Amino acid sequence: MKVGIIGIGIAGFRTTTPELSWKELTYEAAAKAYQDAGVDPRKDVKAFVTCAEDYWEGFGIFDEFTPDQIGGALRPVCTVCGDGIHGLATGFMQIQTGLVDVVAVEAHSKISDLLTYEGVVQHALDPIWNKPLRGHPFYVAGLEMNAFLRASGNTEKHCAAVVEKNRNNALRNGIAAYGANVDLNDILTSEKAFDPLKKLEISGLADGAVVLVLASDVAAKKLKRKPVWIKGVGWANDSPSLETREWERAKYAELAAQMAYRIAKVKNPAREIDFAEVDDRFSYKELQHLESLGLAKKGQAGKMTANGDTALDGKFPVNASGGSLGCGDVVEASGLHRVAEVALQLRGDAGKRQLDGVKVGIAQSWRGIPTTSGAVAIMGVNQ
Amino acid sequence: MGQTPQKWPGIELSNDDLLNKKVTQTRYHPRAKFSWSAGEAMSRFLNELKEGRLIGRECKHCNKILFPPRMFCEQCFKPTSKWVYIKDTGTIQTYSISYLDKDAKRITNPIYVGVVSIDGASEKMGIMHYFGEVTKDTIHIGMKVKAKWKPPLERTGSILDIEYFRPLKEGEQ
Amino acid sequence: MRKVAVIGAGMTLFRRRLMETPKELCFEATRMALDSAGIELKDVDAVISGSAPDGFDGVHMKGEYYSDGCGAYGKPYMRVFVGGGTGVFSAISGWYHIASGLADIALVVNEEKMSSCQPHPQSVFAHIWDPILDRPLKPNLIWIFAMEMNRYMTVHKIKKEDIALVAVKNKRNAVDHPCAQLADPNITVDDVLNSEVLAWPVQRLDISPPSDGAAALVMASEDAVKRLHVETPVWMKGVGWCIDSTMWTDRDLYFPEYVARAAKMAYKMAKIDNPRKQIDFAEPYDPFDYKELHHMEGLLLAKKGEAPIMTREGVTQRDGDLPTCPSGGLLGVGNPIAATMGVKIGELYWQLSGQAGKRQIPHEIKTGVTNAWGDLMQYGAVAVMGV
Repeated sequence: MKVGIIGIGIAGFRTTTPELSWKELTYEAAAKAYQDAGVDPRKDVKAFVTCAEDYWEGFGIFDEFTPDQIGGALRPVCTVCGDGIHGLATGFMQIQTGLVDVVAVEAHSKISDLLTYEGVVQHALDPIWNKPLRGHPFYVAGLEMNAFLRASGNTEKHCAAVVEKNRNNALRNGIAAYGANVDLNDILTSEKAFDPLKKLEISGLADGAVVLVLASDVAAKKLKRKPVWIKGVGWANDSPSLETREWERAKYAELAAQMAYRIAKVKNPAREIDFAEVDDRFSYKELQHLESLGLAKKGQAGKMTANGDTALDGKFPVNASGGSLGCGDVVEASGLHRVAEVALQLRGDAGKRQLDGVKVGIAQSWRGIPTTSGAVAIMGVNQ
Repeated sequence: MGQTPQKWPGIELSNDDLLNKKVTQTRYHPRAKFSWSAGEAMSRFLNELKEGRLIGRECKHCNKILFPPRMFCEQCFKPTSKWVYIKDTGTIQTYSISYLDKDAKRITNPIYVGVVSIDGASEKMGIMHYFGEVTKDTIHIGMKVKAKWKPPLERTGSILDIEYFRPLKEGEQ
Repeated sequence: MRKVAVIGAGMTLFRRRLMETPKELCFEATRMALDSAGIELKDVDAVISGSAPDGFDGVHMKGEYYSDGCGAYGKPYMRVFVGGGTGVFSAISGWYHIASGLADIALVVNEEKMSSCQPHPQSVFAHIWDPILDRPLKPNLIWIFAMEMNRYMTVHKIKKEDIALVAVKNKRNAVDHPCAQLADPNITVDDVLNSEVLAWPVQRLDISPPSDGAAALVMASEDAVKRLHVETPVWMKGVGWCIDSTMWTDRDLYFPEYVARAAKMAYKMAKIDNPRKQIDFAEPYDPFDYKELHHMEGLLLAKKGEAPIMTREGVTQRDGDLPTCPSGGLLGVGNPIAATMGVKIGELYWQLSGQAGKRQIPHEIKTGVTNAWGDLMQYGAVAVMGV
């Protein structure tokens, strides 16, 4: 059975949204998605998926607060403690069973409600081995960047080029919270944060909500919608311990991609895929992820970026949306936002950042520090 | 081939093992502070409480007065249409008499707490709140009650601007 | 639709405090489930975990933290969390991982370590409430269940004595469960009625205790069942899930409509049109004694208000016509929220595969139903299993 995206709704993407509650923000994205899909959520949508974690929201059991704003009251709804692409995969699986034919997937960030972001990230570390070390938990990113650059041969300048590209791309994206015409020098001379990671290489946080409507091929036909097809999904975890994980490569992304490529029957990803939206919460992550996904050869992602190959007009555009560096880190909504961006590009609805003639795209997510959890979705215009 | 489990793992500890540090433990206090945006509906609701009034939102599609107020109706999934003041009287839908505080500590003076459906809102629409001026012999489901407001100067825009709901007196509105 | 079976299960002891860390609890249950299915981790395509609030174990994103204990290292891994409904929903997630064709063999691992939370696991429940409408009232979680119980009792004119019969039955059934925390062969209705009043009408012995524990399942497709020569697969015949509105003060608590919706979804898939006749036994979610009754009605096994009558008449005893909570349930075995999968889905598996030992229902059984329930009295997850 084929599964496709028939509705896209995006709201927010601002550093703060004080006028709205998280419910009202999500309602806006949901209403847009249902309008786009031409569905009545109270009749046509058969199941709903939310992606959330308690401590991001400030609740003991966030699932309680999920149904109303997405039209899911007295309906099958579930919460996945994962990124939006984990949620997308859940909806994909639920439709593939044949039990339901239209599923809405929601992920949001109301991270401006959280006053102690650093404290909550630290709370994710191992209680016996790591928490007693204290310190801002982003030291984990500094450690990883150091190991990755040494092993791959990519350079700090290459990482800065990622930031320059993504924040400039974001200027063409109306929703982006962090678009800016920064250049290499601005980035390389910005304050050291977690050496070798510099301040401008870290994505800023943003509030935002994304809702996607998925449908089976039969349901899409009945609803008279032309879907963007989900050709493959994959997700995987590496070791959660800082002490035993892979530091030089993103093993979770490699494994997730292998699964997605298998399902999508992609043999040569660099040739068969036209563009990518990959996780770039930290500058080096874009390079590491491109290599892990097999979209760049080992050690070549930096050069590709510096050459302009991953620019909007390059051979293989990466993060045309502006990525997390340009749009803002919307926590668990990050992956779903990138899926939405790939779908908009494939529909030809990407406005000033529209890429020419793209037919197959990939979106990839990572759940952030300190996790080794990632997911991948491959989408295409043809079944 | 598999086998039915015969052994059931787990090493039980007593409270004494923890208190007297017979087992290794680590302690950690997470730094997790939040300040939720109340949003459109709840902001107005809280400001009205300060004025000693309860307010709901009308859903014209469902022909209902929704309370607590919300900007969208979860039944029809359309935006709600207008603000409607409702009364500060209502009916006890259910209640409990609690001898526990929020950390499960025992208390001697019990808390009377329950759900009040509010007059002027649609059927069954209400809030959780305390009850006062009742005893365990007088409180009952179906009892008519009225809000006991704090004096205006002590109100802060909180659900606690109502001290509790008390029995409605005869002839009272 | 691809058929999916449970082919192995494991669970740890349920205790107020266990020495094992969350990772270790996950490992113990996972190892047991693999051994009981006769497979190794390399045979597993995907891992699903279920666990309730992060505040209990005291780790943000705890599903990531304990993932290696679940055998998730290097595998597709996802945690689901639907409050107390997680005890059954994670098995539903295992079902759709396989029924979709994405996995052939899946591990489902549920864990809860409530004792890490100080001063009391109840302190976590202070954070489950709406921050504007409820939290300023400093509620205790038991309040809302007391309110639901009161409404249920009042609408149907049910006596506390009849509700107490559930606690007595389950705590006595639990005597035969090797993992039980609060089994009591001699408990009487008077013991329940004379126990400490916590939040009237809820008394101490009406409630299941907070516990530490873990439980795990191995689930497999029909192909894998054949390939592995599984002798006693227990099939997932129907699944359903449903959540009601967050606005719990706007609905009548006397009947769990969301459980009924989830049950109808599961029965439709299982082709069951007369549940009372076609279902042989049940493991309804019983964190409180009245909840077993409430859920029997929600699961359409009893008419509204009639579950107490069936209980009084002995229908729900282990040797009755509709054995209910033969495991001893949460009331007798313990309530490590998500890990109660071991006495719900786990019990259905052990009973239907004839591995329940001293708890085995004495007559022939072919079909069982279970549910888990949670959030603000709003979540229903239902599974029908059969041979």
